[in-house]
Amino acid sequence: MMNNKIINNKINNKSLNTEKPEPIIDSAGCDSVRYDSEHNDAGCDAGRRNFVNCALASSALMMVPGMLGAGEEEKPDPNELVLGDGYRPKDHKWGMGIDISKCIGCGRCADACKSENDVPREPFYFRTWVERYRILENGEAVVDSPNGAIDSFDEDKLDERIIRSFFVPKLCNQCEHPPCVQVCPVGASYRVEDGVVLVDRDYCVGCSYCLQACPYGARFLHPETRTAEKCTFCYHRIVKGLVPACVEVCPTQARIFGEMEKKSSPIIRFMRMNNIGVLKHSLNTEPKVFYANLDKEVR
Amino acid sequence: MEPTTHHLYSLFHEISGYIYPNEIELHWKLLIVIYPYLTGLVAGAFILASLVKVFNVQQLKPTYRMSLLTALAFLIAAPLPLLAHLGHPEKSYEIFLTPNTTSAMAMFGFVYAWYLGAVLLLEIWLDYRRDLVLWARKEKGVKKWLHKALSLFSVDIYDKAVRFDKKFVKIITIIGIPSAFLLHGYVGFLFGSIKANPWWSSVLMPIVFLFSAIVSGIALMLIIYMIVTMMKERTVDRACLEKLASFMFYAMIVDFSLEILDFMHRIYESEESIKILAELVSGKLFVSLIVIQLLIGMIIPLMAIAGAKLFKIPFELKKIVYFVSALLVQFGIFSTRWNVVIGGQLFSKSFRGLTAYKMEFLGLEGLMVSLAIMILPLFILWFLFKVLPPWDDARNP
Repeated sequence: MMNNKIINNKINNKSLNTEKPEPIIDSAGCDSVRYDSEHNDAGCDAGRRNFVNCALASSALMMVPGMLGAGEEEKPDPNELVLGDGYRPKDHKWGMGIDISKCIGCGRCADACKSENDVPREPFYFRTWVERYRILENGEAVVDSPNGAIDSFDEDKLDERIIRSFFVPKLCNQCEHPPCVQVCPVGASYRVEDGVVLVDRDYCVGCSYCLQACPYGARFLHPETRTAEKCTFCYHRIVKGLVPACVEVCPTQARIFGEMEKKSSPIIRFMRMNNIGVLKHSLNTEPKVFYANLDKEVR
Repeated sequence: MEPTTHHLYSLFHEISGYIYPNEIELHWKLLIVIYPYLTGLVAGAFILASLVKVFNVQQLKPTYRMSLLTALAFLIAAPLPLLAHLGHPEKSYEIFLTPNTTSAMAMFGFVYAWYLGAVLLLEIWLDYRRDLVLWARKEKGVKKWLHKALSLFSVDIYDKAVRFDKKFVKIITIIGIPSAFLLHGYVGFLFGSIKANPWWSSVLMPIVFLFSAIVSGIALMLIIYMIVTMMKERTVDRACLEKLASFMFYAMIVDFSLEILDFMHRIYESEESIKILAELVSGKLFVSLIVIQLLIGMIIPLMAIAGAKLFKIPFELKKIVYFVSALLVQFGIFSTRWNVVIGGQLFSKSFRGLTAYKMEFLGLEGLMVSLAIMILPLFILWFLFKVLPPWDDARNP
């Protein structure tokens, strides 16, 4: 129950930084989100367009009870975590797919993340960042990520010929076995049933042990709050049916977000259509961030 | 925010290769170097004391009480660097209230409390109890009441009670040895269990920590014993000093062998991280690892002690050799802690680059606070020596 309170606070404290209208969540559940600006309940009798809208709206409305857990028949578990808007973590399992071949290194994701989550702009704190890999003819890999790619990349010339080049967005891998959660001395880092790893700012003592334990360099100590910070998959957004800010702004749809255990989810399709790799597989952290077209040089 | 992060900009010029952006700044700094150094001294000093009680090494008797008090003085100071380094020291009590059972760090409070309360304080109290009662009888004023209070107002010093004390001290020491191992082995485990960091992640880490702790503890006792005897204008007990030097030597041989084993194992396995670790050792850690830890802190003192033992040299010269060796060992062990804590954060977990550590001078994690924490146990020790004189002639017959 303690966790319930913590997450509620976290979400209620966070104002949604989106100017888009409320989404309609389609039959796939929460993972596939579209924004329908023409949606209008009163216009059901006028024209084919309105008819389609109306049908969609009706089906969406029919889905609402199902979305909220369809709990009427089932006996609700008094210990089950249910968040403010009826969001039930146990009904979800989130994951992210990143198609490296689609990333153009524009850095909009890193920029949006900083705006959305109040991440300090300077000097080098990131919840997500993009790395550029340039593999030279002699086999050497030149990697950089100036300012996390927020200002994109310079065209600095290298002496050697480049034989392949690509961009790799990085973020917290929301591991199934998160070492950061394992080592946290007070339990301030915890994994929600939907697979997202969160930090309770009010609990965190700022020992930095989780920063040491994270194999991906995905955590930092916030210079103002002096507590651990990391990517939350924009938890305040996903519980409302929105996608994380980085996914939202990606111009090439290199980032895919969705449910891991719902067949109609875009991430299931992503994993079916691509060769998938994860970072530092040998550490057995079981990341929930999956990469398509992952190069051997990426660590 | 500007003032707190401004100094970090200079780090950009120190980076070589590629490092994850969040890794540019080191998260564990000088204070976390001091923490294992201090706890190591505690464990080492206690192990030395247990040599007298459990293994009956009579030659070391003059250092027994001194070792216990030294362990206590350093144990009192040991949590301070941890507290000072926390982002929120005011919330540190949460480690006791809601410990995360899967976290090695959460066990700190319990290991510490056990060692302080159940082992060290109890052993000191039982060993001093008879003397405290007798001192209080002879003394007047504040000292009388202080000693009365410290004896917990006990008065029974009949043979039966004293025999019980002695027997119990032995039992506690026997429990104390694994406890001291636990205390420092645990510190090694804190680092050794981090699989994300190949410089730390080693099953040998707790054992290496333990033996380096024993080395540093014995070396510290050798230094304190010689300084205190000189200050009190007494003669150094030859047999005692020789035994101290011998035990320090043996512990160093084991420690050195373990470190070499660890080193060879890493090179032989040559895992993914070997290139960056080689770059680290031959570059940023060369002075602190190869020169100070290995050469000055290990090889030179080992050779010096061996030389002093093998060749017939005057005792006065031997004293100097042992004293200087023990000092060098202290530098070496401090360097060991530095190389583990700082060294383990200088390279990126992408294994593609190195960052730098710029020590602050002022501030909570700066040099001045660290020096103060390092000196504090010596003041505590001085106070303990005043209240609980460990000298043989202060004992009541």
